[in-house]
Amino acid sequence: MKPSKLILNGTVGLILLWLIIPVVIVMPMSFSSARFLSFPPPSWSTRWYEAYLASAAWMDATKVSLTLAVLSAVIATVLGTAAAYALNLSGSKLVRNLQVLLFLPVVVPIIITAVGVFVVYANVGLLATMTGLVLANVMLGLPYVVTSVLVGLRKFDPAQEMVSRSLGMNRLRTFFIVVLPQIRPSVISGLLFAFISALDETVVALFISGGENQTLTKRMFTALRDEIDPTIAAISTLLTATSFLVVMLVALSARNDNARVVADDDA
Amino acid sequence: MAISSAVDPSVLHERREQRLILMLLAPALLVVIGLLIVPLCWLAWQSFRQDGGFTLAHYARFVSDDVYWRTFLQTFRIAFVVTVATLLLAYPVAYVAASASHRMSILILAMVILPFWTSVLVRSYAWLILLQRRGLVNSALDGMGLIDQPLILVNNELGTVIATTHILLPFMVLPLYAAMQKIPADLMMAGSSLGGSPAHVFWRVFLPLSLPGVLAGTVLVFVLALGFYITPELLGGGRTYMVSMLVSRNIELYSEWGAASSISVVLLLCVFGIFRLASMIIPFERIMGAR
Repeated sequence: MKPSKLILNGTVGLILLWLIIPVVIVMPMSFSSARFLSFPPPSWSTRWYEAYLASAAWMDATKVSLTLAVLSAVIATVLGTAAAYALNLSGSKLVRNLQVLLFLPVVVPIIITAVGVFVVYANVGLLATMTGLVLANVMLGLPYVVTSVLVGLRKFDPAQEMVSRSLGMNRLRTFFIVVLPQIRPSVISGLLFAFISALDETVVALFISGGENQTLTKRMFTALRDEIDPTIAAISTLLTATSFLVVMLVALSARNDNARVVADDDA
Repeated sequence: MAISSAVDPSVLHERREQRLILMLLAPALLVVIGLLIVPLCWLAWQSFRQDGGFTLAHYARFVSDDVYWRTFLQTFRIAFVVTVATLLLAYPVAYVAASASHRMSILILAMVILPFWTSVLVRSYAWLILLQRRGLVNSALDGMGLIDQPLILVNNELGTVIATTHILLPFMVLPLYAAMQKIPADLMMAGSSLGGSPAHVFWRVFLPLSLPGVLAGTVLVFVLALGFYITPELLGGGRTYMVSMLVSRNIELYSEWGAASSISVVLLLCVFGIFRLASMIIPFERIMGAR
C-alpha cells in the first residue's frame, strides 16, 4: 500500500473511532459500581439497572414511551405508505408540491414544531394525553415512511400492477396481493425508523407530555439538567441497544429482499 | 373495464384516478397541516400582534435588543464551524467508503449509520460524560502527563461544537457517499491514462463530480445545526445561547408569545431561504435523500 493511501485509511479509521466511541462508551459505564462515572469503572455491578427497574417513575415513563412509539409507528406507516403510493402514481406538479409538505416535519426546526404543537394542543385539550403524543409522533415519523416507501415503489415495475388489474383484480386487492409483498422491506424499514424516531423524540415531548403521560426522554432530559445520575447511563444503554437492534433488522430485511430478487432471477 | 357512458372513458378514468390520489394523500396531509402548517401560520400572525392590535415591536427587538442579534450571531457561527468540521471529516470517510471493496464499504457505512440512529439525547449525554472535568478525555490526557489541570471542555461553546459535529457527521457522510458512488471508476482511470497525476485527476475530475453531494450535505447540516436544541442546552452550560433556546426561554420562563413567534419566524425564514437557494441548484428531494 502506498504511503499516501496508508495515511488516508489511517485518518478515516480514526474518524470512525471518534464516531463510534461516544455511542458505545455509555455501555461499560452503565455497569459501574461507582456514583461517579469514571473509566474504567472501579468495579462492575448492575446496581443502576436495578435502580431503574425498581423505580416506579422510570417504569411508567418507559411504558408511555414504548406504547406511543408502537402506536405512532404503525399509524405513520399506514398513512405514509398510502401517501407514498399516491405520490408515485401521480406525475402532476401540484402533487409534487404536496410532497414537499410531507417533508416539512424534518425541515422545520424541532423547537418551532414543539411550540406549534403545544399551541394547538392547549386549544383542543390534548396536552399531556397519549392521543396527543401519538399524533405528534405520527407527524414526525411520516417523512421517514414516505421516503423509504417511495424508494421501494420506484424499484417496482408498474406493469405488474397493470397486468393484475387487467386480469380483473380490483385496485385494493392488487395493492395487497401484488404491490405490498414487493415493497415490504421498504415498508418495514419505514416502520422501524418511525418507531425509533418516536422512541427517541425529546423536544416535542418536553412541551406536550406531562402528568401520567411523561415520556422516558423527557424524564431523562429533566434529570440530566439537575445532576448526572448513573441510572441514566443504564437507560441510555438500553435505548442504544434498541437502536442497534432496529438498524440490524432493517439491514436484514433489505438483505432478504435482495436474496429473494436473486432467487427469482435464477428461477 | 367497459364503461358505456356518454363521457369519454379516458377523462372519467383520469378524474377517478385523481380522486384516488387525493384520498390516499389526505390523511397524511391533514396531520401535517393540522399540527404544523396551522400553528406556523398562527405564530406568524402572533408575531405582529400585541394587546389586540397590530405591532412591529416584536421585530424591532432584533435591532434594539443585544441578546437577539448576539444569539443569532452565535447560532450562525456555531452552525458554520460545525458545517466546515463535518465536511472536512466526512469527505475522506465517504471517499474511502465509495472506493473500497463492497465488504469494507458496508462496514464503514454501518459505523456511520449506527450513531445516526442513536438518540441525540443519549449522544449528548455521552459527550457530557466524556468531556466533563473528571471525564474520560481529561483523565486520559492527565494519565499521559499532557496536562496539569483539567481542560474546560464542556459548559461552553467548544463542548457544544464537538458534540454537534459528532451528531451531524452522518448527515454529511451519507449524501457525499451517494454522490461519489455515482462517479464511474472508468472516468478516473481515463483521467490517469491520459497522463494526469492522481492528485490532478482528483482535483479536476473527482472533486467537481462530488459537488452535488457536498452541497446536499452542507445544506442539511447547516440547517439542522441552526435549529439544534438538546445539545447546546445540555453541553452549553448556559453560556452557549442558541436561537432554539431563546424561543424556549421566552415561552417557558416569560410566556412571551410575541417574542417567541417573531424569533421563530425569522429562524424559519432563514431555513426556508437556504433550502430555496440550494434547490435552485439541486432538487429538494435529493437533499432529503428521497431520490
